[in-house]
Amino acid sequence: MELKSIPRGAELEVSFAGELDHHAAKQAMHALDEELEEQLPRNLVLDFGGLQFMDSSGIAVVMRAYRRMQELGGSVCMKNVPDQPGKVLRAAALDRLIPMDGKKAPSGL
Amino acid sequence: MKRARNQADLQFPSHSANEGFARAAAACFAAQLDPTLEELGDIKTAVSEAVTNCIVHAYPDTIGSIALKLRHHDGNVLEIVVRDWGCGIENIEQAREPLFTTGGADRSGMGFTIMESFMDSLRIRSVPGRGTTVTMKKKIAQRAAVR
Repeated sequence: MELKSIPRGAELEVSFAGELDHHAAKQAMHALDEELEEQLPRNLVLDFGGLQFMDSSGIAVVMRAYRRMQELGGSVCMKNVPDQPGKVLRAAALDRLIPMDGKKAPSGL
Repeated sequence: MKRARNQADLQFPSHSANEGFARAAAACFAAQLDPTLEELGDIKTAVSEAVTNCIVHAYPDTIGSIALKLRHHDGNVLEIVVRDWGCGIENIEQAREPLFTTGGADRSGMGFTIMESFMDSLRIRSVPGRGTTVTMKKKIAQRAAVR
């Protein structure tokens, strides 16, 4: 599991590569926490283009980032989501909470 | 059920590094049923959830043993059994509910929900203090051979 972050002014893009499971989740959460504390972005973009696998551990990683961004008064979106991680994220209805690949999350949630 | 057409049995300690090993082994075995990429993704996800449950919940403070049994049955049905000898589940109904977890904020509570929705069937048997057996089945649609 590899995380790379690219700050662009008020936006922070974090790209994930590899397999995001329980084994990798702790390290991913820690790295993401540190980046958010350091950059304090307005918008967080999670780029999942390099993800080869994700299970429900990834849901917890995304939810943690979402909650932190809510505390910061900012927003989160996900892009380049491959099929398998997309199916896991949709099973938890995260696509209804966080915009995924340019599709706006329906309001009211 | 009749004897399986093919089978594989694995046993490994509950190190989190074995999550990736278990789902890759299940995917390799499942390949002989000629699944689609989506079906293969479903199988890997379900195995990952079941094995992670053993590591996080069955053996929270120790390293215990996890068994993974893979069966290829007639009708192109894949059966996956994940068993542990850990602490067991007190309330299976509650454990199956979406978002329910005893694992704190680091866990999503979606494990059993995903196993249930990504596979055709899910059966959980558990005895507190003795261990848990999760049995999942998925029928892989047989596609016309490509000439």
